[in-house]
Parts: sequence; C-alpha cells; structure tokens
Amino acid sequence: MARTSKAAAPQFVRTEEAPLLPPPATEAGITGWLWHNIFESMADFHSPTAAIRSLFMIMFSVLLVYVFGTQIYGLLDFAIFSAVFSDPDGLKREACWTVQQGGALPDGWHAACWPFVVAKQKYALFGPFPMEELWRVYLALVLGAIGLAWVLIERLPFRRHAGVLMLTVYPLATFILMTGGNIEVSTTNVAIWFVLGLALISAGRLASAGHLGTVMGDFAGSLGGVGWLVVAFATVTGIAAIDFSLEPVDTGDWGGLLITLVVAITGIVVSLPLGIVLALGRRSDMPVIRVLCTIFIEFWRGVPLITVLFMASVMLPLFLPAGVNFDNLLRALIGVMLFSAAYMAEVVRGGLQAIDKGQYEGADAVGLSYWQKMRLIVLPQALTHVIPGIVNTFIGLFKDTTLVSIVGIFDLLGAGQSAIADAAWSTPVQAITMYLYVGIIFFVFCFGMSRYSIYMENKLGKSRRH
Amino acid sequence: MAQNSNMNAQPSADDVMISMQGVNKWFGSFHVLRDINLTVYRGERIVICGPSGSGKSTLIRCLNRLEEHQAGDITVQGITLNNDLKNIDEIRREVGMVFQHFNLFPHLSILENCTLAPIWVRRMPKAKAEEIAMHYLERVKIPEQAHKYPGQLSGGQQQRVAIARALCMEPKLMLFDEPTSALDPEMIKEVLDTMVGLAEDGMSMICVTHEMGFARKVANRVIFMDEGQVVEEKEPEAFFSNPESERTKLFLSQILDH
Repeated sequence: MARTSKAAAPQFVRTEEAPLLPPPATEAGITGWLWHNIFESMADFHSPTAAIRSLFMIMFSVLLVYVFGTQIYGLLDFAIFSAVFSDPDGLKREACWTVQQGGALPDGWHAACWPFVVAKQKYALFGPFPMEELWRVYLALVLGAIGLAWVLIERLPFRRHAGVLMLTVYPLATFILMTGGNIEVSTTNVAIWFVLGLALISAGRLASAGHLGTVMGDFAGSLGGVGWLVVAFATVTGIAAIDFSLEPVDTGDWGGLLITLVVAITGIVVSLPLGIVLALGRRSDMPVIRVLCTIFIEFWRGVPLITVLFMASVMLPLFLPAGVNFDNLLRALIGVMLFSAAYMAEVVRGGLQAIDKGQYEGADAVGLSYWQKMRLIVLPQALTHVIPGIVNTFIGLFKDTTLVSIVGIFDLLGAGQSAIADAAWSTPVQAITMYLYVGIIFFVFCFGMSRYSIYMENKLGKSRRH
Repeated sequence: MAQNSNMNAQPSADDVMISMQGVNKWFGSFHVLRDINLTVYRGERIVICGPSGSGKSTLIRCLNRLEEHQAGDITVQGITLNNDLKNIDEIRREVGMVFQHFNLFPHLSILENCTLAPIWVRRMPKAKAEEIAMHYLERVKIPEQAHKYPGQLSGGQQQRVAIARALCMEPKLMLFDEPTSALDPEMIKEVLDTMVGLAEDGMSMICVTHEMGFARKVANRVIFMDEGQVVEEKEPEAFFSNPESERTKLFLSQILDH
C-alpha cells in the first residue's frame, strides 16, 4: 500500500480455504420445506410480542384447516359418499326420494342424484342433435382431440404440419361433418371467385417481376396475398358445397357442451390473430390505421357481450334486406369473435409496450422488414410476456359462452337448465346435481387451460434467464 | 505508428463510402445536429468523441435511418438516404451496427441471433448461414457459446456476439455506438481487441467511443463534437498532442486526467 498512515493498517492474507459445510436441517430437504412453509411463523417464543404472534398464527392455521376441511368434506360427501349413483330399477325420480318424499332414502338425505345426470348426459353434451347422426360429432371431437394433443405435446414430430392442418382442413371437415355440408351456392359463383383469385395471383407475379410498372411493383405482395385469400375462400366454399350425402343438421339442433366448444374454440382461434393485428394497428405509424383500430377496439370493449349478442340476433335481421338471413349461431359466433378480439388486442398491446426500444432498433439495423421484425423479434417476446393475460381472456371467453343462451342457443349451461325442467326426475337435489356437473365440466376445461399456460410460461421463461 | 500510416492510403472519389452534406436534425425544437459535413472513404476508421448530449450517437444513427434527418443529404455507398424504403433496406444490408446495450434478441440462441438476418434478409440457406455465423463467432472467440442464450453470457461476450451478428450480414461498414460504455472494466478489453482485429482487416468503421487508447491505435481521424456540431477533425496524433479548439482541450483534459 502506498498510503502512509500512523496506525498500522490491518493486514490479512488467507492461507487456507474456508471449509464447505453441509446446510443445517432447517435449510434443506422435507424438514427444511416444512420449517420454512409452515412452522417458522409459529415457533418464535423469544419475546412476548413474538409469542403472541406465534400463538395467533397457530390459532389461525387451525381455524383455516378446520374450515377448509369441513367444506371439502361436505362437498365430497354430497358428490360421492352419500350420493346415489345408480338407478337399476328405472325408478327415475323415486330413486332419489327420501322416505318422507315417498322413496327409500333416509329422511334428511341431501346429496347428488347422478342417475339423473347420466340420463340427461347426451342432452347436456350435444343438445337436440339427432341421435343417429351423433357419430359425426364423435368423429369430429376425436379428430380434434388428437390434433390438439399433437400440436400441444412437444415431443411429437411434425407439430407445425399438424398445426396447419388443424387450422385449415380440420375446421372445414368439422363444418361438413356437423352440418352435413352441401351448402347452397351456385357453382358459377365459386368458379368466378376462383378465377378472380388466380387472376390476382398472376397479376401479383407479373407485378413483382416488374412487368406492370414500378407503382404496381410495390403492391405485388398485397395483390398476391389477396389472390391467395380469394382462391382459398373459393376452394373452401366449393368443398363445403359438395354433396357428401350426409343428413343435413340445422345449427338450431346443436346444443350443450358441443355449442360451448364450437363458440369457445372459434372465438379463441379467431380472436388471437385478430387481436394481434388490431394491437399492431393501434401502435401503427399510419394515422388512418391507428384511428380505425382504436375505434374498433374501444367500441367493442365499450358494449356488454349480452348487448352484442342481442344486436346480432334480434336487431341485425331488421337491417338486412328481406330474404337475407344467415344462421343465428353464425351471428352469435361473429359477435363473440369481434368482442374477444378487442380484449385480446389490449392484452397484446400490453405485451408490445413491454418490449425495449433496443429490440426494434436491433431488428431494424440488421435490415429486417416491418413484418419480419414483428413476427421474428417483437411478437414472440411480447406474447410470452402476456401469456397469463391471453389465457385469462381465453378462460373468460370460454365462460362467457354461457351468455349465448340469451339468444336461444343452448350451450352446456342452457341445456343443463332445460334438463332440470324434466318432471320425471323432479327431486329437491335435481337442480343442484346438474349445476355441479356443469360446474365440473367448466372447471376441467378452464383449469386445463390454466395449467397449460403455466407450463408454457415456465418453458419459455427458461430461455430468458437474466 | 508505421502500420497505421500504411493503412492510410490516399482516397479517391470512387472510394467515398459515406457523404453527409449540410445535415441538420431536430428533436422537436431542439437542434441536435447542426450543419454536419462529413465524408468517409472506404477502409477508413473514424472515432467520434465528445461530451454526452453532443449528438454523436444521433449522427451515426442517422446513417442507417434509426433516426431521420430533416435537412441535408446523406449518401451511403452511393445510395441516397431518403424516405424510400427500398433505399433504407439496401443501406441497412450494407451497414452493420453495434449498440451500447447490445440489443441481442433474448428469445433466440446466439447462433440464431447471428443467422436470423442472413436467412430472412439475404435469403441464405440455413446451413450456409450457420457456417458463416460459426466463422464469425470463432473470429470473436466465442464459438463454444453458440447454443446458449444471450442472458447466459457476460456483457463482454454479449457485445462480441453483437459484433458477430452484424458481421454475418457481411457489411461494408460498421457503426459502433459506444460499444464499451455499458461494460464492466474487465470486459472492455475483450471487446476492444475484437474491434482492433476488425480494423486491422481493413473494415470501414465509425465508432462513437471514449476509449482514447483505441482511437490512438486504430483511428485514421478523430472527430470531436459538441452541441451538435463538428468542432475539430484531425488525425489522432495531432488531435491528442495538438488540439486547437478550447472545447477540445477542455474535453481532453477532463477525460485524460485520470
């Protein structure tokens, strides 16, 4: 040391390594976990204050355990221990009657009457869908489950291909299976659209090769894109118009869980991309696009979903010319889609705002175009940030599907409610059993989405440790 | 430095890489760049220094349109920088940039960071892009980190990846915007060594930096900026030993006294 000081500066040189010791019992293993998570807060008696706090924690914990314990036991008792599971003699409502009510169960019995749910199972799941055509629904559901699992499970090969099929072929196949296809369009119209699309694509090709002048050259990409959309539209319509000699099923005959899934899945699949586009639009540099997107988002966020559904099903037909009438379910679907897209847009915008300006500059500096920058750099990060918000919107949408019963479409809850009206099963526990069943189904779907979102967060979080 | 003067070949008009004529820029009503005239020739290495807020970062950010200038002409490699997106894209393909805060893409691995632009902008096959990326990662001496993510690397390593990422586009010119300012002292050297290596290979470079040792070693010219203007422009030897402007003298005394 070059400094001079009167007192001798303390000196220390380490000559041997400090030993590495095993952790104390309170820091590792099961004991450590129990200590930190349960007992640490109630074991401090070193001072009167700490002792009072510990005692309070002990009493509070015991109380909580007691309250939750009794509640959970009550639920299990209702749903399982005391419940009636079978009705071998075909007694219907009498199977769930107490002695007082004229049945065989002890007085004071109050538990689930599952034979009622079993008897109404098909109605709750599929509504008035014709029984002999149900195989089509089963087939669509099985295909959907396989496809979804394929896309979501990461160990499987060709996931990208499966995803593309799920978004293109699967919806069309499901549509044809469930409605019977054979929609009424004139072949000429489909052909005209198809040719128009091809013409646009060729124009795009010519333009990008520079044959149509520089002004058109700049629009080559858009021309081609619109052309492909038109061709896709014509193809889909054409296929849907083919007569597969399936018995037509009116969407008015769809119901139950089937409707819930159709509305929720279409809503989810459409709202995410549409929401992303709206969010990007709202942050666009181009004033027209920005204003349009903002107005759209604020409009749909500003009205209740019930109003939207009412407008779609009751008011809209009044404005359409006589004779033009499209499907009630389709109108409700469009309402739900646009409504949830507006919410999704704001969630995604939140994610976009969290992205550092440096990421945009980094992408600009290496020469990526706007769409490349968004798709490869900004959106993957922004969407990862807002997975909880996105899944939140999905779950909200899934549960909001119950509102379609207000316009006469019988979703799971609506179908359950109309099943309750059956006097043949009239018992004091009839309604509560059905609601429990409907609640469990909703919970399974929503909880599943929630868990998958946590799994995704953890997986994507690994790559961004800082 | 004999080697230094060696690299200092007399430039001709064909070799003009960048020309800035009467460039002015405002942020709102604040005049950040005032009448900038600057010509950079192929193979030249320019160091820009100056106090913070003097407009040096803004100047180089105007060269690849991260900032837009409002008056004057900028041409890069003969391409006029205007609102034409094609020109901007073309210039960005030719000009690499390294940022103070690296701006690596945290959701992509090191290798993907490097291959992204060649694949999507240069339309290069993936295998070729990876080969080039590994070549430049070896050059910045971190090929073994290729499959890690930026968050797992030290600051110095991240900045070297950022240099490799820019080099993968095989640019004609490299812009460095205070590449060592956000680094811990022990990591500055590894980044500067990489930059010196680049300079020795004849890369044209414009560096905004306060590393005066680096300026002495590799720069052909040092430009001192203050309040949005170029105050002094000289060869490094003359700049450090014989500054003329009072502002330059004050600046040099402040940064060299320790």
